Amino acid sequence: MMVTVSEVQTEADFEEVAPKKAWTQVAMDLSRKQPLGVFGLAIVLAMVVAAALANVVSPFNPLQEHFDAMLVPPGTDSYLLGTDEFGRDILSRLIYGSRTALLVGFVCAIVGSTAGLVLGVASAYFGGLFDLILQRVLDVFMAFPLIILALAVVATLGPGIENVMIAIILPFVPQCARVVRSNALAIREIPYVDAARALGFSNARIILRHMVPNVMAPYLIMLTTFLGQAILLEASLSFLGLGVQDPIPAWGLMLTNASEFFEGSPWVAIYPGVAISLSVFGFNLFGDAVRDTLDPKLRSR
Amino acid sequence: MSKYAGFAFALAAGVGLAVGAGGSAKAETPKKGGILNFIVAAESPSYDGHKESTFAMVHPTRPFYSLLIRVNPDNPSSPTDFQCDLCVGSVPKPTDGGKTYTFKIKKGVKFHDGQTLTANDLVATYNKIIFPPDGVSSARKAFFKMVDAVEAPDDETLVFKLKFATGAFIPALATPFNYTYSAKDLKEHGYDWHEKNVNGTGAFKFKEAVAGSHVEAVKFDDFHVDGKPYLDGYKALISRKMAIRVQAIRGDRASIEFRGFPPKQRDDLVKALGKDITVQESDWNCVLLYTPNHGRPIMQDPRVRQALTLAVDRWGGSQHLSRIAIVKTVGGIAFPNHPLAATKAELVRLKGYGTDIKAAREEAKKLLAEAGKAGIKFELLNRGTDQPYKIVGTWLIGQWRQIGAQVTQRVEPTKSFYNSLRKTHDFDVSVDFNCQSVINPIVDVSKYIGSAGNNYGNYAGQDQELEDIYNQLVQEGDEAKQREIMRVMEKRALSDQAHEGITLWWYKINPHRSYVKGWKIAPSHYLNQSLDQVWLDK
Repeated sequence: MMVTVSEVQTEADFEEVAPKKAWTQVAMDLSRKQPLGVFGLAIVLAMVVAAALANVVSPFNPLQEHFDAMLVPPGTDSYLLGTDEFGRDILSRLIYGSRTALLVGFVCAIVGSTAGLVLGVASAYFGGLFDLILQRVLDVFMAFPLIILALAVVATLGPGIENVMIAIILPFVPQCARVVRSNALAIREIPYVDAARALGFSNARIILRHMVPNVMAPYLIMLTTFLGQAILLEASLSFLGLGVQDPIPAWGLMLTNASEFFEGSPWVAIYPGVAISLSVFGFNLFGDAVRDTLDPKLRSR
Repeated sequence: MSKYAGFAFALAAGVGLAVGAGGSAKAETPKKGGILNFIVAAESPSYDGHKESTFAMVHPTRPFYSLLIRVNPDNPSSPTDFQCDLCVGSVPKPTDGGKTYTFKIKKGVKFHDGQTLTANDLVATYNKIIFPPDGVSSARKAFFKMVDAVEAPDDETLVFKLKFATGAFIPALATPFNYTYSAKDLKEHGYDWHEKNVNGTGAFKFKEAVAGSHVEAVKFDDFHVDGKPYLDGYKALISRKMAIRVQAIRGDRASIEFRGFPPKQRDDLVKALGKDITVQESDWNCVLLYTPNHGRPIMQDPRVRQALTLAVDRWGGSQHLSRIAIVKTVGGIAFPNHPLAATKAELVRLKGYGTDIKAAREEAKKLLAEAGKAGIKFELLNRGTDQPYKIVGTWLIGQWRQIGAQVTQRVEPTKSFYNSLRKTHDFDVSVDFNCQSVINPIVDVSKYIGSAGNNYGNYAGQDQELEDIYNQLVQEGDEAKQREIMRVMEKRALSDQAHEGITLWWYKINPHRSYVKGWKIAPSHYLNQSLDQVWLDK
């Protein structure tokens, strides 16, 4: 029996079976399934927009001192969130501070988790002595609490944003490498990896083409988790005077400067504190949602 | 000395008024016993008084040592009232046309390890301070430019021979950093030994030190003044954060902080504690500077340095910063209001002291452009202590931004900060200070000459004219002429060459628990810290 062209199911037919949803519908579905994740994403997006458009949305230059308006309370004149000890607008400093937070957050999370991904997959794939030595080295790093290791690194290298990023990246690498390795160990045993090896593919090709794409889920989960952690660590180090230095706007630094004036002018500490909490909360909610979506075990719940 | 006496009276009156506001000045009988807990805002790089210039060293360690002479603890604001500590009787008058001073040394004074003090210990001490061997750091070597030799004809006689007569010698001797070391310790252990070890003749003995936490001391039973000290011991608690120090006094975990609090913290404590807090206030022989590193090509052109000083609005800063920091007074190189200090009319003639800040900043921009340094970028090294360093450092960066300079700030803990200033010189411009003890402008201004041990601008040997002016000042005996020379030196150092930039002079406010007795504020946070006369009215 001849099959005519008209009888062949075309792409259009499939589209009828599974019609494309409008993005608004996708957003609605997502917000029903992951309402907290969407809320987290909204916070993250708000931060990104504020950081990107800081020079448009900030009412003042964050470095500009107004000595006639030192420590004025929120709502005075055009200072919506008040001013600090130099009369600098707190809202503007918070908006510009989000740049520092996001820069540190994204750079540390991406570099830390990517380095962990490479090490974790390589460790699982090569196994043997390489795996053994690498894992023991990672054990050493993981033996230190996150903040202690970061403090030790900054104390050695000195303060400054670059050194803070190194201090934050360093403890992230072993954490991500360990999680990725455990996933990669399972993938290494799957026949298609054996097949690729039998076909004579190079190690690099097997790792990059066949193993890495299959560990992307844990990698992305770690990456989103690290975003919030990096922001919190940067704020902690700046609070301890080891991070970003004045006059660069940074939330942790604003908080430490506020410590002298908090009693009479609580707004100098409250708003940076809220900004830090909210951003970490947002990244954590978003990270949880990513994990729930990408992890098949959790997806079925 | 008439002008000096008038100045002393004015200063003492100012301090007295402040004390009167806080508590009663009537004489009380001291009570014995108790431990004094006090807070220190930084940790000392070492315990060697001859090397260091920081309160972080003086406050925990001064009670371990004695001096040859000291300021009168009952009248510490006077620049002329000194008394014998290790010498006998009153401070001797000079002989030989003002060129020889002979001191009789107390008998039976014991070091904490049991050694007996002799005049030879003082010779060894002053030789280390005045004539240190190569490689040995002595921060106040320049104070003793007039000294030709130190001799001990016998165990109880100490003789200073001067090159020329000068009134600057006795105040220099009373400097509280001149800790008396044992000649035996110096000979056997070397000149670095006191950086980490303590052996003095002071009222208290070292008990323990925990890095980053505290220094603890106990009463020295063989102290050379009968009946003293009153306290059983003390504990110097280290805390860099102002908020913690204030809360420590508020919560009575510490009784006093000897350095000083800003006005806002004073007001908070008074509001919270009422009669349980006593406030003492005084002008402060301490000035916050910035020092351009002449070793860096970017800072070698005087026009660049002049531009930096022109950008700073000192008169405005005095008004605004005094609300949030421990700085207040606009001044030149000499302690403000001292007879040798510049008047406002004299100050405004210097670059950076004019009252038209807009015009000054325009001139600064022009100078930078002429020097090919428009939009100059550099780093400001600062000390990791909030008051007043970080506050004034941040303010300075804002001032320099007004002339197009792009300045970043590197804040280091005290030890690394000093390491940068003294050894590695890895800074473009650094926050610096000239905090002196006894008000002695002729000696105090030695900070501004490149060859001074406490000058960190790296211009030693580059400005002989300034060195010559200072030598002329030290050797001049006539007050009016001293004043004239001081103006010439000030113009050279701050304006023509702009080697250093003065920001503001400090203002000292010491709120303390009212039960702390026997301690009187001085115009310096280094003075009157032997603690032998302090007692607790509990």
